[in-house]
Amino acid sequence: MTSAEAFARVRRREHRVLALLALAAAATVVAFCVIALRGNWEYALAIRARKVAAMVVVGSAVAVSSVLFQTVTNNRVLTPGIMGFDSLFVLIQTLVVYFFGALALSSADPRLLFAGQVVAMVVFAGALYRWLFDRRSRDLYVLVLVGVVCGTLFSSLSSLASRLINPNDFVVLQDTLFANFNSVDRDLLAVSAVLVAVVSLWVVRLFPRLDVLALGREHALNLGVDHRSVVNQVLVAVAVLVSVATALVGPITFLGLLVANVARQLAGASRHRVVVPASALLAVVALVGGQLVLERVFALDTALSVIINFVGGIYFIALLIREAKR
Amino acid sequence: MSRSTGRRREVRGRHLALAVLLLVPAALASLFVGAGELSPLDLLRADSGAALLLLESRLPRLLAILLAGTAMSVAGLVMMHITRNRFVSPSTAGTTESAVLGVFVATVFLGAESVMVKMVVALLFALLGTLFFLWVLRKLTFADVVVVPLVGIMLGGVITAVTTFFAYRADLLQSLSAWTNGDFSSVLRGRYELLWLTAAVTVGCYFYANRFTVAGVGRDFAVNLGVHYDRVVNLGLLLVSATTAAVVVTVGNIPFLGLVVPNLVTLVLGDNLRRVLPVTALAGAAFVLACDVVGRVVRHPHEIPVETVAGVVGSVVFLLLVLRVRRVAG
Repeated sequence: MTSAEAFARVRRREHRVLALLALAAAATVVAFCVIALRGNWEYALAIRARKVAAMVVVGSAVAVSSVLFQTVTNNRVLTPGIMGFDSLFVLIQTLVVYFFGALALSSADPRLLFAGQVVAMVVFAGALYRWLFDRRSRDLYVLVLVGVVCGTLFSSLSSLASRLINPNDFVVLQDTLFANFNSVDRDLLAVSAVLVAVVSLWVVRLFPRLDVLALGREHALNLGVDHRSVVNQVLVAVAVLVSVATALVGPITFLGLLVANVARQLAGASRHRVVVPASALLAVVALVGGQLVLERVFALDTALSVIINFVGGIYFIALLIREAKR
Repeated sequence: MSRSTGRRREVRGRHLALAVLLLVPAALASLFVGAGELSPLDLLRADSGAALLLLESRLPRLLAILLAGTAMSVAGLVMMHITRNRFVSPSTAGTTESAVLGVFVATVFLGAESVMVKMVVALLFALLGTLFFLWVLRKLTFADVVVVPLVGIMLGGVITAVTTFFAYRADLLQSLSAWTNGDFSSVLRGRYELLWLTAAVTVGCYFYANRFTVAGVGRDFAVNLGVHYDRVVNLGLLLVSATTAAVVVTVGNIPFLGLVVPNLVTLVLGDNLRRVLPVTALAGAAFVLACDVVGRVVRHPHEIPVETVAGVVGSVVFLLLVLRVRRVAG
C-alpha cells in the first residue's frame, strides 16, 4: 500500500466516524424531544428544545475546551475541570456577590454581568495557569496535583465567602450556582451560544498550529510555531468556554476527559479538525442520551453530573494505570 | 520515603514543650469563645449557667477537637509510612470517602439509630476502600510520588459520586453534607464520647511505631529484620480506618488534617515515627483548635465550620509543600 492510499484510508475513516457521530447526536436529540411527548405538544416541545439547546452549548464548550487544554498541556489525562477551572469560576461569582451584594447580581443586566465575570475569569485563569505551565511544563503530575488542590482551595474559599454573605444574598447566589439543565436562563443561553460559536470559530484557525503543538513543545518550536502565543490564545479560549459551561449548569468535572479521549480513540487520529468536532458530538450524545435515560427510564432529573463523574472517574483511574505502564 | 539526613534532628523535650505551650492558650481561647457569653470571671462567681455551658458544651467541644485533631494527624502519619508516600493520607486514599459511604449505607439499609452500628459499618467500608486503593497502587507499575495521591483523590471522587447518587435517591443529601463537612458545632456532652476510642488507637500506634517505621523502609528490608510485614501493614490499615470512621461518624471530615500536619512535622523533625508521633499528635490538635477558634471568631456570633477554614489553610500549605518538595528533589 502506498502512502497516498494509506492517507486516503485514514481520511475515509475520519469522515465515516464524523458522519456516524453526527447521526448519533441528531438521533438522540430527536429522541429526547419526541419520546413520551404528551399533553400540549407545542409547549412541551418548546421546553425540551431549550433543554437540548443548553446541553448542546454546554457539551460543545466542555468538549472543545478539554481537547484544546490537553493539547497545550500535552497530556491526555487533563481537563480544565480537574485543574480547578470551574471552581475558580464559582469563586469569582461568589466574590462578586460578596463585594457588590446580591442586588447587583439580580438588578444588573445578566448579559453585562456575565461578560464581566468571563473577563475576570480569563484574567485570573490565564495568569494562574500560565504561571503553572511556565514553572513546571515537564512535571505533569505535579501540575495535576497542584490543580486538584487549587480546586479544593477555590471551593473552600467560595464556601467561606458564601458564609460571610448575608443569608438573603446567599439564596440568590445559590440559585445562580446550582442551576441545572431544567432551569437555564433564556438570555444567558443565547449569550452563551453566541460566545461558544465565536470562540470555536476563533480557534478553528489555530487547528493546524495545534496539530504541530501536539508533537511537543520542542518540535513545535523547531517547526516554527510560536508556542507561547498559541498557548496564550488557547488558555483565553478555554477560560471563556469553561465560564460558559459552569455558568449554565455548574461543574461537570469528568465529561471533557471522557469525550476527548473516546473521540481520539474512535477517530484513530489526532488532527484537531477531526478530534474537536468528534468530541463535541460525543458530548452531545452523552449529555442528551444520559439525560434521556435518567428522565424517561429512571424518572430522575438532576443526577446526570453525578453519573458522569462516576463513569469519568473510573475511566480516569484506568487511564492513569495504562499511561503509567508505558 | 527518603529525606536528607541533614534535616533530621533529635526530638527533645523542648519540641514537646513548645507544642504544649502553643496548645494551652489556644485551648483556653476555645473554652471562652462562642455564641454564648462565657468569661473566666463567670466561673469564679460560681454562676451555675456558666458552669452548665462549660460542662455541657464547651468542654466536650474542646475534648472532641483535641481527640479528633490528634487522632487524624497520627493516622495520616501512619499511612505515610505504610504506603511509603508522603502525600498519602486518609483524605487522599479514598479512606474518608469510603467511611462516609459506610455511614450512609448503615443509615439507609440498616436503619441504624445506634452510633456503634454506624461506626462499625463505616470502619468496614473505610478498610475495604483503602485496601482497594492499595490494590490499584500495585497495578501502577510506575508509582510516582505524585501519581499515587492523584489516584487516591480520583478514587475518592468516584466513591463520593456513588454516595451522592444514592443519597439523592434516598433524599438524604442534607445529612450527607453533615457527614462530609467537619463541624464541631453540634458536639455536646453525650455526643462525642466515641472519640475516646481514637485515643486508644493513638496510643496503640505509639507502641507499634517502631514496626511501622521498619515497614516504611520496604517489604524486603522489614522481612529481613524479622518483622511480619503484612501483619504490620494490615494492623496499620485497621487503626487508620478505625480512626477515620470514628471521626467521620462524630464530627465529619476535616480536609487535609492527616496530610498537612504530619508532612510539616516530618519536614522539620525527620522520619522516625516513634520520635515524631507525640509532636504530630499535639500539632494536629493545635491545628484543628486554631481553625475552630478562627471559624468561631470571624463571623461572631455565627460559626464557620472547621472544614471550611481547614480547607483554605490546608490547601495553601499543601501547595507550598508540593512545590517545595519538587524543588528539593529536582
